[in-house]
Amino acid sequence: MQYITLDTETDFEGWRKAARSLVLHHIEPRDITWAVQGGEAELFAPPAPSPILEVSDGTFNVSAKFVELAKAAILHRDGERFAILYRLLWRLKDNHDLIEVATDPDVAQITAMTRAVHRDEHKMHAFVRFREIGRERAAHYVAWFEPEHHIVELAAPFFAKRFADMPWSILTPDLCAHWDGHALSFTPGVGKSEAPGEDRLEETWRRYYASIFNPARLKVKAMQTEMPKKYWRNLPEASIIKPLIEDAERMTGAMIANAATDPHKPQKRPEAPMKRKPAADDLETLREEAAHCRACHLYKDATQTVFGEGPRSANIMLVGEQPGDKEDLAGHPFVGPAGQMLDRALEEAGVDRKKVYVTNAVKHFKFVPRGKIRLHQKPTTPEIKACRQWYEREVSAIKPELIVAMGATAAQSVFGKITPIGKTRGRLIDLPDGRKALVTVHPSYLLRLPDPRAKALEYQRFVEDLKIAAGLQKKAARAA
Amino acid sequence: MDVQRKLEILADAAKYDASCASSGTEKRDSSDGKGMGSTAPGMGICHSYAPDGRCISLLKVLLTNACNYDCLYCVNRASSNVARARFTIDELVKLTLDFYRRNYIEGLFLSSGIIRNPDYTMEQVVSVARKLREEHHFRGYIHLKTIPEAADALIAEAGKYADRLSINIEMPQETSLQQFAPEKDVRAIRRTMGRLRLKLDEAEDSRSAKTKAKPQRFAPAGQSTQMIVGADSATDHTILHTSANLYGSYRLRRVYYSAFSPIPDASRALPLVQPPLLREHRLYQADWLMRFYGFDVGEIVDERAMLPLEIDPKLAWALRHRDRFPLDVNRASREELLRVPGFGTKAVERIIATRRTTTIRLSDLARLHVPRHKALPFIVLSDHRPSPHRLDEARLIERFKPKATQLGFGF
Ligand code: SF4
Repeated sequence: MQYITLDTETDFEGWRKAARSLVLHHIEPRDITWAVQGGEAELFAPPAPSPILEVSDGTFNVSAKFVELAKAAILHRDGERFAILYRLLWRLKDNHDLIEVATDPDVAQITAMTRAVHRDEHKMHAFVRFREIGRERAAHYVAWFEPEHHIVELAAPFFAKRFADMPWSILTPDLCAHWDGHALSFTPGVGKSEAPGEDRLEETWRRYYASIFNPARLKVKAMQTEMPKKYWRNLPEASIIKPLIEDAERMTGAMIANAATDPHKPQKRPEAPMKRKPAADDLETLREEAAHCRACHLYKDATQTVFGEGPRSANIMLVGEQPGDKEDLAGHPFVGPAGQMLDRALEEAGVDRKKVYVTNAVKHFKFVPRGKIRLHQKPTTPEIKACRQWYEREVSAIKPELIVAMGATAAQSVFGKITPIGKTRGRLIDLPDGRKALVTVHPSYLLRLPDPRAKALEYQRFVEDLKIAAGLQKKAARAA
Repeated sequence: MDVQRKLEILADAAKYDASCASSGTEKRDSSDGKGMGSTAPGMGICHSYAPDGRCISLLKVLLTNACNYDCLYCVNRASSNVARARFTIDELVKLTLDFYRRNYIEGLFLSSGIIRNPDYTMEQVVSVARKLREEHHFRGYIHLKTIPEAADALIAEAGKYADRLSINIEMPQETSLQQFAPEKDVRAIRRTMGRLRLKLDEAEDSRSAKTKAKPQRFAPAGQSTQMIVGADSATDHTILHTSANLYGSYRLRRVYYSAFSPIPDASRALPLVQPPLLREHRLYQADWLMRFYGFDVGEIVDERAMLPLEIDPKLAWALRHRDRFPLDVNRASREELLRVPGFGTKAVERIIATRRTTTIRLSDLARLHVPRHKALPFIVLSDHRPSPHRLDEARLIERFKPKATQLGFGF
């Protein structure tokens, strides 16, 4: 029988050294008794513990996951932890994958211990309450905490990083942690009587606690699972939990019983500024009106109406399909990837972008949400029809010479009927009202082409189409 | 009025906002010795719990509860008779630091009634954050409520100081907002959310760009929102549909559901009953299914319908799709396993890791932290096969309904 005595309750290195040696000497788990110096288990061990077997230099591999689990599990207060860890180690040396088997009793038990330790650490981070001793510059902050497991060394660095600029001490029955503004140090545990009394802010904190609680939602059990009673005795706010609960029913009842007051000073909404009577071609008024359009259901899920933009004097009007994700968010047409593609093509074709009016056949973004993205959906004929009023009114406001329809949806709006692109593409067409129309593809079509060669080719065709517009623009400029 | 009394009034005024988490931000601490505070990586820390079961992690207050608006569901509306107060910027900064030093809180969640105009209000809110960050080098968590339609420069500044920004959508459907909050405009709220998302995207792009320029900082914990449940007639389908849109459109980290609860000096226009806490709970579960389990709104609840209250939405889905069960736990894909009632994401990971080495048996379920009662009718194990009639039982659902006495909520 081997009797191993570790230096402290949290002596992971000691345990590791001993365990490695024991494994290398093929000592079976059942032949070992583990104890901690001065600990309870040691009292039952024989007076002279066996010296740790000298380690022959050999080593063996265990998974990093085991080491990680062992480091945490060793902080558990259960006296059996050293033995269980050794047993698991013993079994792991022949079967590395065992550590992944969540259903193995040893793995399950160690995992549960680890979880308990981390939970206790987390609760210590949460439930330590510092009390100020001395005032202002000379202030020192001292807390009393009773951890369930041996977690003081594990939990202390968190406080050092958080409260770096103030000296503090956390006193516990096991071990005390101190921070002087520069380094962490530890001293032996103390009794609760060493801890300071009430802090001047605790009454304020209790008032906050009482006010932030909604009595109509009383859920005492939910509170207790997260904040078990064992922590309450060191929480300043815990003293008012019981009265708050007792009073909750009365308060809610009172609210319901004598509620329902009539507004004492009926608020009048400030009147909207008098709107000018809209002239048919007043772009600003049109834009304002369109912002409230409900002519089809597309407004419901979209962020906003994305209206056309550009100078009133434009003699070219570009019409796209509908705003995309980015346009919907920004409220401006053609600002996303397709917009950038369009800008590039316009420049190459020699069209002055600042002198064109850009809009869409449909003014709201149509999409379906898929997790964190929105999938673009094609507008239907009724939607295109419903939105056509805005297009028509834009046309009569701008009075462009040439209208460029980009894509089938745009063409449908410009010609007032379904118009395939293939046949009409790339030439000037007379519209009934005397304007000219030009049909081409939508820049986002180019973006979607997977083959780079086809993409480059199609892009060139697109630029060629736009050159027709450029020619017209130059002619108009000369005429002016 | 002393600060303590102000705190009572202004915390009371803030308690109906459910969005209180302090999670998901960048990692920071003060170990460089300048200033104070840190953020917990991943999950925030709940420093206390109120008897309503909710976590207290932030000092959640209003700067002032005076408000120009008259939203019927709100305790702070202009026509309410509650006592009014207003913190000075310095009072609020000091209170935050004092609480923080004692480890009562993770930081500040600041909101405000709308006074004068949106820009003025937003400027006041931002001032508090600016002072904490720039003068006191406070590294803790800051969540600011964004005022709709505030100037772009103010929003940009808010994002520079805050970890999270939020703006409440308030009602699941536009018509209810028009009815209950006539001064609020759902379009303005969405436009602001849209602006926030564009700025969040920009910040993210600047972080991933391979330039030496310092990445732009904008609300690293993203944006969130809150919807009030049970004040209007919206169905659960409408609510979840709205959420799905909000997640997709604005990349919200969270949509919080807040069961409408009685408020002091309430308006006659609203139902004064116990808050529908169970419904709220089911909505959170359904929301979870959409975000982490790959469910679509349509799968969770039918058009114009409500979630069942007596069983959770995943179990309800499984009972509607009995033909897909029982599933062999030792063979099924991850996606399939995620749809088994009682199987959480972690349990599924454990199952997949375990079955690589060994076969999973009935007695293993407890160690995998799976509730047997819920899962057994839907799964096959090497030593368990539910009786073929079990899943057909019309009364299977009865098995899962909690005892009538457990249904009571609250009191
Ligand atoms: S898509 Fe057009 S018609 Fe439909 S609501 Fe929007 S602006 Fe109105």
